[in-house]
Amino acid sequence: MSDLPKNNNELIEKIDYNPSQKGWMDTPTEIRKGMYCYASNPKSVEYIGLPNARQWNPLDDDWKLPANWKEIVHNAFKERLDRFRSFKVFMDICVRCGACADKCHFFIGTGDPKNMPVLRAELLRSVYRNDFTTAGKIFGKVAGARELTLDVLKEWWYYFFQCTECRRCSVFCPYGIDTAEITIMAREIFNLLGLNIDWIATPSANCYRTGNHLGIQPHAYKEMIEFFVDDIEEKTGVVVEPSFNKKGADILFITPSGDVFADPGTYTAMGYLMLFHYLKEQGLNITWSTYASEGGNFGFFTSHEMMKRLNAKMYAEAKRLGVKWILGGECGHMWRVITQYMETMNGPADFLQNPVSPITGTKFENANSTKMVHISEFTADLIYHGKLKLDKSRNDNQIVTFHDSCNPSRGMGMFEEPRYVIKNTCNRFYEMPSNTIKEQTFCCGSGSGLNAGEDMELRMCGGLPRANAVKHVHDKFGVNMLATICAIDRAALPALMNYWVPGVDVTGVTELVANALIMPGEKERTVNLRDEPLPGMEE
Amino acid sequence: MVKCMFSLTVVIVLSLLAFVGAETAGFKAQFLFGIAIPYAALLIFVIGVLNRVIGWARSPVPFAIPTTAGQQKSLPWIKPANIDNPSTTGGVFVRMFLEVFLFRSLFRNTKTQLSEGPKISFNLEIFLWLAALAFHASFFTVLARHLRLFTEPVPFVIQMLEKVDGMMQVGAPGIMLSGFVLLAAVSYLLIRRIIIPQVKYISLTQDYFPLFLIIGIAASGILMRHIFKIDVIGAKQLAMGLVTFHPVIPEGIGGIFYVHIFFVSVLLAYFPFSKLMHMGGIFMSPTRNLPGNTRAFRHVNPWNYPVHTHTYEEYEDDFREKMIDAGLPVEKE
Repeated sequence: MSDLPKNNNELIEKIDYNPSQKGWMDTPTEIRKGMYCYASNPKSVEYIGLPNARQWNPLDDDWKLPANWKEIVHNAFKERLDRFRSFKVFMDICVRCGACADKCHFFIGTGDPKNMPVLRAELLRSVYRNDFTTAGKIFGKVAGARELTLDVLKEWWYYFFQCTECRRCSVFCPYGIDTAEITIMAREIFNLLGLNIDWIATPSANCYRTGNHLGIQPHAYKEMIEFFVDDIEEKTGVVVEPSFNKKGADILFITPSGDVFADPGTYTAMGYLMLFHYLKEQGLNITWSTYASEGGNFGFFTSHEMMKRLNAKMYAEAKRLGVKWILGGECGHMWRVITQYMETMNGPADFLQNPVSPITGTKFENANSTKMVHISEFTADLIYHGKLKLDKSRNDNQIVTFHDSCNPSRGMGMFEEPRYVIKNTCNRFYEMPSNTIKEQTFCCGSGSGLNAGEDMELRMCGGLPRANAVKHVHDKFGVNMLATICAIDRAALPALMNYWVPGVDVTGVTELVANALIMPGEKERTVNLRDEPLPGMEE
Repeated sequence: MVKCMFSLTVVIVLSLLAFVGAETAGFKAQFLFGIAIPYAALLIFVIGVLNRVIGWARSPVPFAIPTTAGQQKSLPWIKPANIDNPSTTGGVFVRMFLEVFLFRSLFRNTKTQLSEGPKISFNLEIFLWLAALAFHASFFTVLARHLRLFTEPVPFVIQMLEKVDGMMQVGAPGIMLSGFVLLAAVSYLLIRRIIIPQVKYISLTQDYFPLFLIIGIAASGILMRHIFKIDVIGAKQLAMGLVTFHPVIPEGIGGIFYVHIFFVSVLLAYFPFSKLMHMGGIFMSPTRNLPGNTRAFRHVNPWNYPVHTHTYEEYEDDFREKMIDAGLPVEKE
């Protein structure tokens, strides 16, 4: 754990949006404790076959790089310019208008000018100009070019692990320059040098081997879910019966393993179990998988190739089990991968059928190609058709606001479905200010593999704009529950709320559904899934 | 400030070069600045821009990565954002049209402020959008108006444009609004670059240079029209000569004209090597020019290659005993 100041004002006082007079190229970067994540464990790097696995420490002078590291970077840079039009165009066309500058949560929360998206990109662009453009080759520094040195590489590493690939800047850019894309390229290059962080490399290795980031082996995965089954019985009197790796199921369900592992995600996982049980009578035949037991994809934060390697499990398992289509749980970057990468990488999914809800008969035509439906779409459709008996008042102790997660927002466009579900399961729902939700939503500050413990200061700074908007509705409407459809949010936001807005808890949307859901044969419900008394049951 | 002053100095030197050359060195210099350099600049511009655009087009778009800035098209009773998250080519066309002609994304601009509390607020910041739009629109108008010098007879559209542009009807020759709007807008863009600390911090020499150059173009144009009142017939002769490939150097159009045409030439030649290429790049930005329908239609990556995965069979081999003990189904007992 880093030495996070107990008094959060100390972080606020450090923020100054006016950069120094000295030019950024002449301002050396110091890798500061609390603002970076630990280097990757060599065992994990080795397991997934990535280069230069070794012990190293970002604070050391010697990063134990391969002798020809500059050549590796240059060639990797060139290869990516040739393979990705996005990268090439984004290197060339920025006019440095500054519209993106104060849109980044890390800039707003730290005031560090190198966290302005434009400058983050310039860190790479300066070397791009030097290596690949005529003007840069002739005019050098006058043309904003600089040579790649070890210090430059370290600066890259520090700042491209201070970007959560949230794409907020790309909404405001007049040319749609997407810093996420630039960060993705930078991180690909780091991985060729063995410069990943452990919070990404180890989950990737785990996922490769066990099917999920947390390294939960099949028997343990089943046990954990059975533990939820007992919990649900205790609270509702209903025995739910999930199936695992079941051939002949109609639908395969895949969700982030974080929800199986830690609160408050576990309540969302219980929510899935209850919802599926409820629908069983109505014809839902769904299975969980221990092999494809991860919706998230930390390969996405490693390289396109690693993303593809981890994502491949979804279609492979769907094919093996012979299901008709796939239902996906609440997760952020998982849905960006599914929406914009999965079928391109691992498709065509022509062995699956166009998804149709077995309950309502609704054809999810928007998912006709990927054959994968989001749980919020699925649930919203159920509610719309009156298929769920809900008692909203059970959630009356929750004064709810909704945090749009970056990826389902700016990499998918899912705004109304979860809101519809919340409004139909909760009586007290309030929106945060419009500049902080939907396509303008602020990141939790911990996305893209940065939700480690050692970079807590970075996370609290990056999450400040989100927390501040929550504080606004907390003060104004008494909001005490932050709903979200992302597992990283559920893992990261409790710490953020605790630091900036104590008194606000975090929930998945399906947890709210499960609390309101009137299960056939249930006993009188006195507590919610968290064992808190329901309204009127307090004594 | 060094970068800014350096750019200014370069532009001043360029103007002196053309002015002094044309005024003192006579025909040779006038030929150089009036004919040789404009032709060369145009050639560099055309080849350079093509080269750049083809260079971008050579790199494929492996993944469809539109920035989805609105509701997806999903369930029939949820209203999709057809422009900000288009699911059809038509929607993409409208989105691109609004980006290219109205700078829709820039219109969203806000200014973030941190005040006591702490309270973070986002206030509408419309001036960048306004100045950018005024700058581009007036530049386009000025350019279009210049077609009068390159065409005979002057097309009706251009005549109409001039009428609208000159509707203020002040002075003789009448004031053309576009020239002054251009000068004002580009000056604003320069001033904000110097006084807004964050923008100053990110600015490079190549951000100041085109601004000074365009200020020079606008200012020399306005000076020609209103102060020096140069011989327009002569200017037209030269322009017509250039477009009909029978270049001539008419007598007595004056040094300021050569400064103007030299600035324009420098801008043209500089264009393909600079950020000004955003004019072409905006059309090729994959976050804007693709529909957000990737769940309904498969996007193909031309260089998609097979990768190593951890197959189910390998997984079961790793964990078979434990799976059997836990009662999980297995392929091989």
